[in-house]
Amino acid sequence: MSALLEVKGLGVRYDAPRILPFAARHGVDAVLDVSFDILAGSTFALVGESGSGKSTLGRAVMGLAPFRAGQIKIAGAAMPSGGDASLVLWRRQMAMMFQDAIASLSPRLTVRSLVTEPFDIHGFRQGLRARDREAECRRLLALVGLPADFAERYPHQLSGGQARRVGVARALALSPRLIIADEPTAGLDVSVQGEILNLLRRLQDELGLTYLLISHNLAVVRHVSDRMAIMYMGRFVEMGDTAEIYADPAHPYTHGLLAAQPEIDPDKRREDVELMGEVPSLAARPSGCEFHTRCPRAQPLCTEQAPDDRNIGQRVARCHFPLVS
Amino acid sequence: MVTAGRFSPRRLLAGDWTRPVGGLLVLALIICAIGGDALAPYSPFKMALGIRFSNPSWAHWLGTDQLGRDILSRMIVGARFALFLGLSATGISVIGGVLLGLIAGFGPRWLDAMLLVIFDTTYSFPVVMLALAVITLLGPDLGTVLLIIVIVTIPRYARLIRTSTQSIRVAEFIVAERSLGARPARILLRHVLPNVIGPLLILASMDIPGVITLEAGLSFLGLGVPPPAPSWGRMLSEGYNYIRDTPWIVVGGSLPLILTTLGFTFLGEGLRDALDPRLRRGR
Repeated sequence: MSALLEVKGLGVRYDAPRILPFAARHGVDAVLDVSFDILAGSTFALVGESGSGKSTLGRAVMGLAPFRAGQIKIAGAAMPSGGDASLVLWRRQMAMMFQDAIASLSPRLTVRSLVTEPFDIHGFRQGLRARDREAECRRLLALVGLPADFAERYPHQLSGGQARRVGVARALALSPRLIIADEPTAGLDVSVQGEILNLLRRLQDELGLTYLLISHNLAVVRHVSDRMAIMYMGRFVEMGDTAEIYADPAHPYTHGLLAAQPEIDPDKRREDVELMGEVPSLAARPSGCEFHTRCPRAQPLCTEQAPDDRNIGQRVARCHFPLVS
Repeated sequence: MVTAGRFSPRRLLAGDWTRPVGGLLVLALIICAIGGDALAPYSPFKMALGIRFSNPSWAHWLGTDQLGRDILSRMIVGARFALFLGLSATGISVIGGVLLGLIAGFGPRWLDAMLLVIFDTTYSFPVVMLALAVITLLGPDLGTVLLIIVIVTIPRYARLIRTSTQSIRVAEFIVAERSLGARPARILLRHVLPNVIGPLLILASMDIPGVITLEAGLSFLGLGVPPPAPSWGRMLSEGYNYIRDTPWIVVGGSLPLILTTLGFTFLGEGLRDALDPRLRRGR
């Protein structure tokens, strides 16, 4: 299998508006020096706390966030630099599912218009007559398990799970290769979460899709992803096979995240909470290793020198003193 | 295509009793505007100095004015002028306001700042001063009155559209459209416009009578459309001089103004409900 998506040294920076014309530029690095590949047909998960940059990373891949450094390639072709107009073809190869399923649907369009809109955008209007549109709409709704009469509904008449399915149908309209799913289970009941995850998995098998899954739900990530990366303050702190990371986290932050997961068995004693305090401000990054302010294993070296990526078997961890060697 | 959700006249009138009443009032106005000459019992210009200030009677339902003209006839024929002025001035302002508002709200920051300065400058002029200046320059006629009203109204409309456009441009569904590859024109026309136009249409429909009143005010100061055009505003200002003895002249100017205001307001509310699928009943 070859890599569908290749990201190298990606950095996304948001500038704050300057007060004076010649004042120094202030800003925050939402994503810093991130590199990864996603194999075709596999699922890659991004995990991290709120504000860790995982959604920004997903948006950068879609060309929705300004990236300052690095490059993004899909099937070997680099992302064009330029505005929305130059990105039309790039965006056709991928689709994004947004966090808020209902808010990401244009409120005044029917499900039919929403689902067939991708064809209009990409100039299928002449080729796609009313009957074909209807057929496409039915096909897409059936694909995501919605009855055909949902075509008449408006977004506010859908439940969270139904809106999510419409979002999936819209994403699938142009047969993209890569789907970026930003918190696909956010705001859904546990039973509906399961349905959506099973739907995504079924579509992956049937259509050979590749997923970039963004989530802070560790149970979901464990359930569906092949490989994963843990983000902290815009950097990857650990990346590797999902099963391996869950079995044996190498970075103290990963360990802390996993330890913070609730345990079903009440007799099983949980380790004490390891992650203390808040994530520091992105505008004032700590010196050395950015995690040292919250790390239970921090040493003097950690405050002075930033660690490099360290290969540990199949894995990469950014730590001076990894838990696994 | 712009309103996207299916729009039907039935939906416009569905609702409580105010909608049909609003529809009827506006319909009556339109009928008077089109067929006023045939409906009016007398010519609105025919003077009969022998029956000046006559009381309402079977011959003259609303009496006659200071020149012996039939007030009812002037009221009916005045609808044409009122409707023409109200619709054209408001229509031009809506189109201009929407365009400028979308540009300011969706365009680059410097353009927004520039347009805002222009809006605020225009807006800060006292209406009467502006009217005096423009009329001195161009002379009093219908076109000048139209121009003044449009200049005064566009900044308000544009600011409304700008504000709601700014709040909607960062909405998740707009980002979703961009991610699908939608170009700015499509996003603006199909996704932003339908979501910001509702409040403006309500405001505009309620402004139509305001425009007619503004013309009346200009007429009162001698700046409006010159006589003997049958304008409600002129009737109102002329009747004002004789209000102690013959109050019905004022009635001839104010009653249609009140009914027009009610009609357009009721209809404006119906319009809002019809344009916003979330407010539709049933289903």
